[in-house]
Amino acid sequence: MTAAQPAARESGAGVALFARQVFTIAQKDLRSELRTKEALNASVAFSIVVLVLFSFIFDSSSEEFHDYTGGLLWLVFTFAGALVLNRSFARETLNDCLDGLLAAPIAPSALFAGKAAANFVLLLAVALISLPVFGLFYDVRWVPVFWPLMLVIGLGIWGLTVIGTVFSALTVNLRLRELMLPTLIYPLMIPALMAAMTLTTDLLKGTPIGADNLIWIRVLVGFDVIFTAVALTIVDTVLLG
Amino acid sequence: MRNKILFALAAFAAALIVRNLYVIFFVLGDEQNQGAIWRIFEFHFPAGILGLGGFIVATIFSILYLVGNDLRFDSISASIIEVSLVFAAIVLVTGSIWARIIWGVWWAWDARLTSMLICWLIFAGYLMLRRAIEEPTQRARLSAVVSIFGGIDAIIVYKSIEWYRTQHPGPVLTIRGANDAMPEVWQHTAYWNLLAMTCLAIILVMVRMRQEGVSREIDSMRRLAHSY
Repeated sequence: MTAAQPAARESGAGVALFARQVFTIAQKDLRSELRTKEALNASVAFSIVVLVLFSFIFDSSSEEFHDYTGGLLWLVFTFAGALVLNRSFARETLNDCLDGLLAAPIAPSALFAGKAAANFVLLLAVALISLPVFGLFYDVRWVPVFWPLMLVIGLGIWGLTVIGTVFSALTVNLRLRELMLPTLIYPLMIPALMAAMTLTTDLLKGTPIGADNLIWIRVLVGFDVIFTAVALTIVDTVLLG
Repeated sequence: MRNKILFALAAFAAALIVRNLYVIFFVLGDEQNQGAIWRIFEFHFPAGILGLGGFIVATIFSILYLVGNDLRFDSISASIIEVSLVFAAIVLVTGSIWARIIWGVWWAWDARLTSMLICWLIFAGYLMLRRAIEEPTQRARLSAVVSIFGGIDAIIVYKSIEWYRTQHPGPVLTIRGANDAMPEVWQHTAYWNLLAMTCLAIILVMVRMRQEGVSREIDSMRRLAHSY
């Protein structure tokens, strides 16, 4: 046996341990959210209200309406998303749960990744509920492009989740927490939102992802990769100091 | 010593600004198509360089703070961002005034305008965050994180908005066509003004840093007094 083998085995065990920790945290968050449904209910209700409000702005039967569908949908996702993201770390302030989590023998990056995974699932759920409602209200045909749309929604929501989860941790102990989070994350989200809105509008208008709009997939992937890496590196500083 | 440097720099900057104002208003002529309003460029350009450059430098100091945990880096970074925000605001305002006269609208969603505004919003968030945190080391740590995210995002914003706008019909309202390079003397004046504004920015940052230092000292004295 060479010296490299135990090291490799050790790093393999490290990855497995990290994955298990991430899974445990995500499972805990999802379970507690599904028992109370406080963020999810608020978020879904809010997104439906916003969808109804759109009907007073646009004439959905007009041709131009289809130029705005992506933008409208992503406004719903991001605004409703902020409600979920705000709760992510705020939930842990009761009974000093956050101190308990940080004292537990897990890496802060695992805590972050677990929470991000749970938030991703919740935001995706909100998106999957509001998408059919949007289609129903405004006669938008999303079923034929469901899978490409899911790719765009998945990538966009992962970007929102990563930025949102870091800033949720960052603002957890602040006064005006609920106000600070959206103020900080929306300007940062602009490149990803711009890409996601463009792609969603294209797909809903029947333009497939191709040479013309491939650049926006690249922007989304680049945004996600860069900020996931930055977040995982920097989250120790945010949580522990 | 520091005071002397500050005053010398201030005197130099003041003299240079007076000289530049004289040149801009009395020596340089009107532009053929734009008339007198082109002169705003002589302030718009230096403010743009200083605003954007400041955000980048501040991000570097934020990284240095996280590496070294030296609160001085935090006050440098915060002071630079404050001053840069002022210059960025000058860019947006002077740009708007120019646009109102030349384009006929206060604002057009052109690539550069949009990305400058987004940068401004990101770093305005940074200052809001600083206001919301009392404890100095926590404030330094968290605002450094925001500044790093902001710095990286600013680069992505710039590139992606360029792609976004170039995919759409390009900006039709631009003064910089392929053929009209500025007369050299106009360009030189812009660079002289850049030097003057840079001195001004350095003075403002130095004054602001001193305030930060003093307020930190007062804060620690207050804590000490409360601990007895």
